[in-house]
Amino acid sequence: MVTATTPLKAEARNLNFIYNGGNRAVKNLSMPLYENKITALIGPSGCGKSTFLRCFNRMHDLYPGNKYEGQIVMHPDNTNILDPAVDPIEVRMRISMVFQKPNPFPKSIYENVAYGLRVRDIKNKRLIDEKVEEALKGAAIWNEVKDRLQDLAFNLSGGQQQRLCIARALATDPEIMLFDEPTSALDPIATANIEELMSELSNKLTILVVTHNMQQAARVSDYTAYMYLGELIEYGDTDSIFTHPTRKETEDYITGKFG
Amino acid sequence: MNDDVRKNNDASKNLMKYQATTNKAAVLENLDAVRAMIRRHKFNDYIFSIIGLIALMIGLLTLLTLFIELIRDGSGRFNLQFFSDFPSRRAEHAGLLSAWVGSALIMAITFLVAVPMGVAAGLYLEEYAPKNWFSDLIEINVSNLAGVPSIIYGLLALGLFVYGLGLGQSILTAGLTLGLLILPIVIVATRESIRAIPVAIREAAYAVGATKWQVVADHIVKYSYGGILTGVIIGMARALGETAPVITIGALTFIAFLPSSPISTEPPYLNFEWLSSGFTVLPIQMFNWLSRPDHAFHVNAAATGAIIIMVTLLMNGTAIWLRYRIRKNIKW
Repeated sequence: MVTATTPLKAEARNLNFIYNGGNRAVKNLSMPLYENKITALIGPSGCGKSTFLRCFNRMHDLYPGNKYEGQIVMHPDNTNILDPAVDPIEVRMRISMVFQKPNPFPKSIYENVAYGLRVRDIKNKRLIDEKVEEALKGAAIWNEVKDRLQDLAFNLSGGQQQRLCIARALATDPEIMLFDEPTSALDPIATANIEELMSELSNKLTILVVTHNMQQAARVSDYTAYMYLGELIEYGDTDSIFTHPTRKETEDYITGKFG
Repeated sequence: MNDDVRKNNDASKNLMKYQATTNKAAVLENLDAVRAMIRRHKFNDYIFSIIGLIALMIGLLTLLTLFIELIRDGSGRFNLQFFSDFPSRRAEHAGLLSAWVGSALIMAITFLVAVPMGVAAGLYLEEYAPKNWFSDLIEINVSNLAGVPSIIYGLLALGLFVYGLGLGQSILTAGLTLGLLILPIVIVATRESIRAIPVAIREAAYAVGATKWQVVADHIVKYSYGGILTGVIIGMARALGETAPVITIGALTFIAFLPSSPISTEPPYLNFEWLSSGFTVLPIQMFNWLSRPDHAFHVNAAATGAIIIMVTLLMNGTAIWLRYRIRKNIKW
């Protein structure tokens, strides 16, 4: 439930995002992200939820001509992570991401998880070993891969690959983890595993997840935001959004009349 | 609703029966027409597959006949002596030594020039260059460079390397020229294999906080070097057979000495005098023998031709094998 005591981890303030070519995919969006909670972004395809998510780790900076307006402020340091003076790499060091389709590197299982540490100039082999094990345990895949850490990551199943990607994102101790439809390419059992994992992870870090699947949002998230055509239509704790939506559009979407 | 359906069925029972029979005849007739049409369409398949096969055979058989003939004509010279003898006025004593040593040394320089420059240029164009009209212009020109006649490169090299930079008619000049010649091939191969890396992998690397250089060094280069290597080998195979630019920059046609050895027994063990040495290469040696009236030399020319083709095939085969080996661990 939203209480005065739940600390804020981040906050979007009047955020606009304009793609190269002028398409305004996120419009004047303001929304909180509470610490150690899971916030779900739902809405029909093309509503801007993934675009919004990718603002959090400045992924849009990789492509020329994209433009942010407004702010995403991270707490407790009050940094506006969209400020051009803030290096996107610094932002990505604090906020990690799990993608829609499992995208392990064509390297060994071990190297996939260790890569984030190597990028941070960690050279101590024992420390990397420890961190890799910890991350793989945290992503609930350790038991399946501990005997074949040097195998290629591509030899894992889709669900295992996605958990490996979670381990990769986890190894660097991020403050926030972004999930962009993390189960859309997985079967129901693998999906259940990932959902359980997200709930566990939220004890330690803040999660923002985009999902197409309303049941998933209802199952895993503490807060839900419904977006449509780049605008935030309704935001609230998940129970009230799903049981008593205040806006007609939200209700229509949730009940399946639309979308 | 069920009642409605039953009533309807009862009422139209007779009609249904009638329709069933006429329908059957109609269906059969229609089916015949469909089958005739499919037969007609398939005839086109048949015609085209014959035309295609003929086209393929003309190309393949011509080349094969040529190759077999070269081997047959040159069969008398396939022995070690042919490789260890200098050219001579007597055909049966004339060998390839200076030509294959020249080709090998020049290929080494070509490799050292084309690979670092081509890969760096390809990486820069793909990963670093801002996308604007200027980079578009460069892109078009790089592709065009691959189609420039090789003799133009020879003329450029004659002006720039031989006279402009004073490098003379040397192995170094030839290596640099052929390096420039295959540079577009290496650049294009580099860019194509970089483009084959999925965006998702690139984004995954950036998402853990990698800089552009870390992404390039740890991922882009490692995942694309199979394709780059293939392009390099194919480029080298082309350079090996190039004649026109090498003649333009002044390759010798009769040469009875070797460049000084690159490795010496005394410190500093490396010797760079060979770079400024005069040279000849395999295709020029072949041309030289071919242009002599004495028929005995034509045997040598045929043997040389067969050797050039075999080396080229071997290089291309290696390229295919390497690509297969390297790609085996990388499936997107």
